[in-house]
Amino acid sequence: MISVELGHYLALGGVIFLLGVVGIFLNRKNVIVILMSVELILLSVNINLVAFSIYSNDITGQIFTLFILTVAAAEAAIGLAIIVSYYRNKGSIRVQEINEMKG
Amino acid sequence: MVIASRNTVHAVFFLILDFISVGCLFIMIGAEFLGMIMLIVYVGAVAVLFLFVVMMLNVAEQKQSWFRDKKKSTHIPVGLIVSIIILAEVLVVVGGWQYKPDFIKTDALIIDGNLTNTHMLGNVLYTQYIHLFQVAGVILLLAMIGAIILTYTKREGVKTQSYFTQISRERKTSISLEKAEFNKGVKVDD
Repeated sequence: MISVELGHYLALGGVIFLLGVVGIFLNRKNVIVILMSVELILLSVNINLVAFSIYSNDITGQIFTLFILTVAAAEAAIGLAIIVSYYRNKGSIRVQEINEMKG
Repeated sequence: MVIASRNTVHAVFFLILDFISVGCLFIMIGAEFLGMIMLIVYVGAVAVLFLFVVMMLNVAEQKQSWFRDKKKSTHIPVGLIVSIIILAEVLVVVGGWQYKPDFIKTDALIIDGNLTNTHMLGNVLYTQYIHLFQVAGVILLLAMIGAIILTYTKREGVKTQSYFTQISRERKTSISLEKAEFNKGVKVDD
């Protein structure tokens, strides 16, 4: 039995963070996957905060995690609402076809 | 799997799996309240919201045509460059990886073993971070209002209440006293 240390949690957070970043940049599908990648990034930040909070014996990290959860939920709701209204107007949410702001 | 699966619905399922796993990790490490919040709020609300939007926008059916056409994509080199930069940064960080095995104990907000996790969070959250807590509530309210406004469409031909007509009714215009004659009744015009 190996014991789970702080480094394991930090490594997990780093891996999830990198997965989120790669998911944002190498995305060929729709905007929803980008939103899910953003959720992954926030989740990795939460993992780091909770791990440090437990191992440094300080409750403040969990408070911050609570606020990050709140903001992430709000962001997901707003982003999905934007996606729904965009789909109503354009009929597609492919990333490659969103080029109205290209000069 | 979240970013690599072709079907978006499968991606959402893997995201739910990810949330559940991290929630279990939080419970195991000792942050029980956050673990349960992760399970309830994320798996119960946010992931289901994603799933709902994916199903409603009908993107799962279009996945065949998305991968068939090979437009020339100009964002792949940029993405590769940024990925390489971030990979280099991560390698630098991991290369110089060291943290103190024993942290400096902070003098405030020590985790007390006698109280439960939820109790401690409440003690701190409702006293020391009350303003941030209320700001978080306002953020959630704004998110709710914004989501409703963004997705609200006015439709024609839907019967709705007209509040002002209802409220501005008065006794003079709506009630009248009629004398009912025998065997005739009262004529009601409406």
